[in-house]
Amino acid sequence: MAHHRILTANIEYDDQRQIAAYEKRGGYAALRKALALPPEQVLAEVKLSGLRGRGGAGFSTGMKWGFVPKNSGKPVYLIQNADESEPGTFKDRLLLERDPHLCLEGMIIAAWALGSRWSCIYIRGEYAYPAVCIEQALAEAYARGYLGKNILGSDFSLDIILHRGAGAYICGEETGLIESLEGNPGRPRIKPPFPAVVGLYGCPTVVNNTETLAALPWIINNGAAAYKAIGTDKSPGTKLISASGHVSRPGVYEIDLGYPLLEFLNNECGGIRGGHRLKAVIPGGSSVPVLRADELAGVCLDYESLQAAGSMLGSGGLIVLDETSDMVETALNLQHFYAHESCGQCTPCREGAHWIEKIVKRILAGRGTAADLALIESLCGQIGGHTICPFGDALITPVLSLMAKFPEEFSRLIDQGLDSLVRESYG
Amino acid sequence: MTVVLSEAAEARLREIIASYPQAKSAVMPALFIAQEELGWVSDEAIEWVAQRTGAAPAHVRSVASFYTMYYKRPVGKYHIQLCRTLSCAVCGGKELLSCLRERFGVAPGEVTANGMWSFEEVECLGSCGTGPVAQINDVYFERLDAAKLEELIRRIEEEQPDLRYSTVKKELGGGLADRPRSAVWK
Repeated sequence: MAHHRILTANIEYDDQRQIAAYEKRGGYAALRKALALPPEQVLAEVKLSGLRGRGGAGFSTGMKWGFVPKNSGKPVYLIQNADESEPGTFKDRLLLERDPHLCLEGMIIAAWALGSRWSCIYIRGEYAYPAVCIEQALAEAYARGYLGKNILGSDFSLDIILHRGAGAYICGEETGLIESLEGNPGRPRIKPPFPAVVGLYGCPTVVNNTETLAALPWIINNGAAAYKAIGTDKSPGTKLISASGHVSRPGVYEIDLGYPLLEFLNNECGGIRGGHRLKAVIPGGSSVPVLRADELAGVCLDYESLQAAGSMLGSGGLIVLDETSDMVETALNLQHFYAHESCGQCTPCREGAHWIEKIVKRILAGRGTAADLALIESLCGQIGGHTICPFGDALITPVLSLMAKFPEEFSRLIDQGLDSLVRESYG
Repeated sequence: MTVVLSEAAEARLREIIASYPQAKSAVMPALFIAQEELGWVSDEAIEWVAQRTGAAPAHVRSVASFYTMYYKRPVGKYHIQLCRTLSCAVCGGKELLSCLRERFGVAPGEVTANGMWSFEEVECLGSCGTGPVAQINDVYFERLDAAKLEELIRRIEEEQPDLRYSTVKKELGGGLADRPRSAVWK
């Protein structure tokens, strides 16, 4: 199946990050076109395209923009979320490094539609090289009149700055990001009010993922109807899938949404690494439920199909595990991640994340009891839905789904209490 | 408790503060600038950031302590951040921490006696398709195994390359191709 190349059309060209090459391949034509349209029409086009947020939530981008109040008298802020930190996800890094002007052009179009005059790219601190690529692209865009005062001779003026994070997963959550951008620890805020109404410095704010913004130039160039015609009815367009783990050809792939997951694994990723069998996949970054190999028949890579299968498309971070994977060890690896990344603001998450990690560690060491499994379930029940941000729900998902899908791997350790010496060495 | 930073650092911070709608937003970039000049975020660095941004020293300290990339104690000239999260772990990353312990004879977070090396385990670096990955200063090194990691350390000791992208000098234009992007070890 031939897939559309909306986001990665020019990703192979080494000179693509230079503005002259970007322009030569049609770059910034969409911005010219957008600036000739009234902002309301750009917003309407994006709404019509059916584009959904690619950071993980999958919420309608046009609808999110529509929540910004008209004429509030306050500045509107647009933030590009390039804090890519969901385990298994590395797609935005590709765009930022290889086609930084695409990320900027989409952002300038969005700022025009939203009436933003000051915008910010929030990039995770570890992405030092992508940050250099974006800094250079910003300087070039200013020099060529795509940023700054009176862009392309219009009365639209926009400044974009780059803000580096400093190693906190929680800043990918939009209100944690806003707190961080205000110069604070990135502790998420209670919603409502939503950022569209009360965001950065108390002003209307839209936070959009890099991949979401990078789709806008194509949509403006080709029209909403053309975008909507790709993918499925409810999941239109293309999506970047980051494939990692036990596949022959890991990497970032752009697919039309609705592509069968098993076909994707076999045709794009070259199947499971030599001599091994597929055991499970975590399809949308580590915070979504795991699916066993026998649950994947007929499952497609789109929001609805994965939801029907009991998981989520999330960020498109597809982690593939073969039969050598120990699911209790997998649970411990991920619980350690969540325990380390909890911002510490809400008691259930702060205390529960470490507590669950300790219990899983005990089970893996062969010292668990049957009561421990019930204790994990009870703790998860106390965390889920009881925290300010979705991190609480995210942290209980891997362990609960691994226990539900691979109960024998947990109970075997508890029944026999074996292997403790070998397993002590873990971590 | 005064600290002197270069005029380039002062100028860069003034430029950054002016680029935000509110000065307090510059606390994070200011901490990076101080860390780049001083090697870590000392009490003096906190004072400097507080003075320049107008934030309370206690607030700056709370920011520095919240984010893992601000070093609250000195690190080695080369600081290795080894990814421990799932995709790297299942592709052979699990063994690499013990390699580093053995190679340097210090624990994570400690600095070798010659000041050259320190290391720590970190969470997902966003390089899952080319794991196991380690970030040394600013540069990613991908598809590692024990032998490649050992060879990498040996070469760095020998060549002492600059593995940082300066936030102070803000070199833009040209030069990008000369910068080490990330090394994929085949």
